[in-house]
Amino acid sequence: MSSCRRPEHSAPPEVFYNEEEAKKYSQNSRMIEIQTQMSERAVELLNLPEGQPCFLLDVGCGSGLSGDSLSEGGHYWVGVDISTAMLDVAIDREVEGDLLLGDMGQGMPFRPGTFDGCISISALQWLCNADKRTHSPPKRLYTFFSTLYSSLSRGSRAVFQLYPENSEQVKNLTLITAQAMRAGFSGGMVVDYPNSSKAKKFFLCLFAGVTGVLPKGLGSETSDKAVSNQVQYSGQRCRFKNMKGKSVKKGRDWILEKKERRRRQGREVRADTKYTGRQRRPHF
Amino acid sequence: MKLLTHNMLTSHVKGVIKGYPLLIKATEVKVNEVEFNPQFVSRMIPKLEWSALVQAAEELGQRQDLPSDLVPDYETNEEFLKKVHRVLLEVEVVEGCLQCPESGREFPISRGIPNMLLNEDEV
Repeated sequence: MSSCRRPEHSAPPEVFYNEEEAKKYSQNSRMIEIQTQMSERAVELLNLPEGQPCFLLDVGCGSGLSGDSLSEGGHYWVGVDISTAMLDVAIDREVEGDLLLGDMGQGMPFRPGTFDGCISISALQWLCNADKRTHSPPKRLYTFFSTLYSSLSRGSRAVFQLYPENSEQVKNLTLITAQAMRAGFSGGMVVDYPNSSKAKKFFLCLFAGVTGVLPKGLGSETSDKAVSNQVQYSGQRCRFKNMKGKSVKKGRDWILEKKERRRRQGREVRADTKYTGRQRRPHF
Repeated sequence: MKLLTHNMLTSHVKGVIKGYPLLIKATEVKVNEVEFNPQFVSRMIPKLEWSALVQAAEELGQRQDLPSDLVPDYETNEEFLKKVHRVLLEVEVVEGCLQCPESGREFPISRGIPNMLLNEDEV
């Protein structure tokens, strides 16, 4: 199976995440690192009260990597997943949360007001597919969101990390958000590092009950601190200089531009100093 | 499966209105030691369905001296919190099944994981 193909297109989740695929989640250090990073960011977006142990739900918990970052924060969690192979890995890893085998499209079987929050890493996109004749994606999404809404306590958040598809991106995203709004949620998308194709991450942030302010995505800060009745400073002069085209290659301006571009993509870049792009002494 | 999770679980079979509490038929139960966190336990107590918890503990033979009514000053009563902590987080059902009180549908538990998957006609 080539890695560039999207897993949703190859097989349903309970088939795709077999023993072989599940093994990757406990051995492949790159996969573990990415999963951990995303779940840490999701926990950050949950905005839980400081110093208070919460009871959380992890939808599509898989091998429990995302749950680990919840346990680290001192929280208790329940994980739901459809793949038995992935849950077996979770048991072998001795995760602290409680596990359930369940299909998110069939609804969350919990009492109203149970959880203080919900996270889900790379799971929601699976719901946009119809794997069986009887599956209807909008219906399954609605069942999921409406049962999730009732199982969350008022004022809590649900954060979903997902990979929207390029071609059908708009269609799937509107499908998901429309069903979430229908179920009573408010909120929207948070995009981290929107200028990078690799580091770009989508988080669907939903609020149950109260409306909050949507947090900003990382690396997407804009200088829109406009003061009324004042002309905004916009770095016009630099723009005129750049208008003639790209700077001379290997020059100081070119290096600074390149560093700025990489910073926007969320990569690690050294700070600009007076030594940046400085001429070296001649060598023989 | 911990009893805390059991206390929150309902049956979601089509046509079932309440589906709570699920009956436990356990064949293997184990008691795992978990770190005691009084803040979490006292936060969870108002969310619990107390009678269902007592009933579940009784079914597993792990009730010991858990009172059948909630103690009013539970937040400061550490001895009581420790008893609740033991039942909620330390007692685990490893093998057995859960039964929906309304439809009689059984959800098997294996290796501590309840199987809540429904058939096509139950959704």
